[in-house]
Amino acid sequence: MSEAWSSAERESAVTDFDEYGAYESLAHSLETDDHRWAFGTGFDDPLAGIDTAVPDGVDAAALAACCLGLGDDALIYSHRLQQWVTRAPELEEETALANIALDLLGQARLLLTRAAQAEGAGRDEDQLAFFRDEREFRNVRLVERADADFAELTARLLIFSAWRLAVFQSLTRTSKDPVLAAIAAKAVKELTYHRDYAAGWVIRLGDGTDFSRAKTQAALETIWPLVGELDLGEEVTGVIDAVIARATLTRPAAAPLGLVAGKSGRDGTHTEAMGYILAELQSVARAHPGARW
Amino acid sequence: MTHKADWPLFEVFLRGKRGLNHVHVGSLHAADPEMALRHARDLYCRRNEAVSIWVVPATAITASSPDEKDPFFAPAGDKVYRHPTFYPIPDDVPHM
Repeated sequence: MSEAWSSAERESAVTDFDEYGAYESLAHSLETDDHRWAFGTGFDDPLAGIDTAVPDGVDAAALAACCLGLGDDALIYSHRLQQWVTRAPELEEETALANIALDLLGQARLLLTRAAQAEGAGRDEDQLAFFRDEREFRNVRLVERADADFAELTARLLIFSAWRLAVFQSLTRTSKDPVLAAIAAKAVKELTYHRDYAAGWVIRLGDGTDFSRAKTQAALETIWPLVGELDLGEEVTGVIDAVIARATLTRPAAAPLGLVAGKSGRDGTHTEAMGYILAELQSVARAHPGARW
Repeated sequence: MTHKADWPLFEVFLRGKRGLNHVHVGSLHAADPEMALRHARDLYCRRNEAVSIWVVPATAITASSPDEKDPFFAPAGDKVYRHPTFYPIPDDVPHM
């Protein structure tokens, strides 16, 4: 669209205020300095323009494993959030959740692409997302669960985004791979908003009515066993405790969900929910391999 | 979500990257102003439109009514002399 507009047309769209509406004029006035108005169309390689060679001194296998785990977390959780679309309590919340799911899907694409490059086996992001079986996925088990209600959604999003934000903040400083550091820097801004959104809702619900408080406490109790798999550290624990305290809730004491033969989500052992997610996520791609639209 | 009280309406104003003033772009529902600001971010700033957001409770706006259109606006319609177009501008006056 931006290429097709002559400057006269653009001018008239901006000045014909009433005819096009205020929002349209805002949008068009940006076209001159940002040609990515329709960002996303015809965009194949998320890392285009970045030198993607794995630098010397970086352990390619470790880099691939790191990107795969973080990418799978984002892919599976994004899918769970997408399942809220058309089911959220308000249209505005639905858009907010879809935005968060899209942010995570973008992170998943970049991370799986990087994992595939570091792996060097000729696979790409789509092959990693759609053509791996359950035991090859490396996501933590926290992201697999289907939310029973909105309280569970917000409590889980709080813990996931607080943890993931800290992981990426650390990667921006410590990653020896410039691509992973760049992905992390992009994700930090997104995750800061996700955490803020979730914390706002946990506080609003926890410090709300007796009913919403009970639901939110129950949500924390339900998901807490899955939190044990995350390496939260002092900082993240402090953030989560502060939100729980402001929400007048109590941190659950539930023991972490046990390992299966010593293996957790990062080792490829998942909960029973995982098979259903993958069936939904992968069935179209597997029925029509290589299809384009 | 069996009980859903109606959230109040907020009007949203955005300032674009190159805009000098905030422009009304639409409205949304939210429980409080903080939530309205976040909803505005999610609903109206998805495509890189804004550098600043205002949200205003719709009830805080006093609007003219279409019924009052004639007494409000018609009297200005024939007073063309209010435009400063009848004055020749001397050549040596800059920046006009």
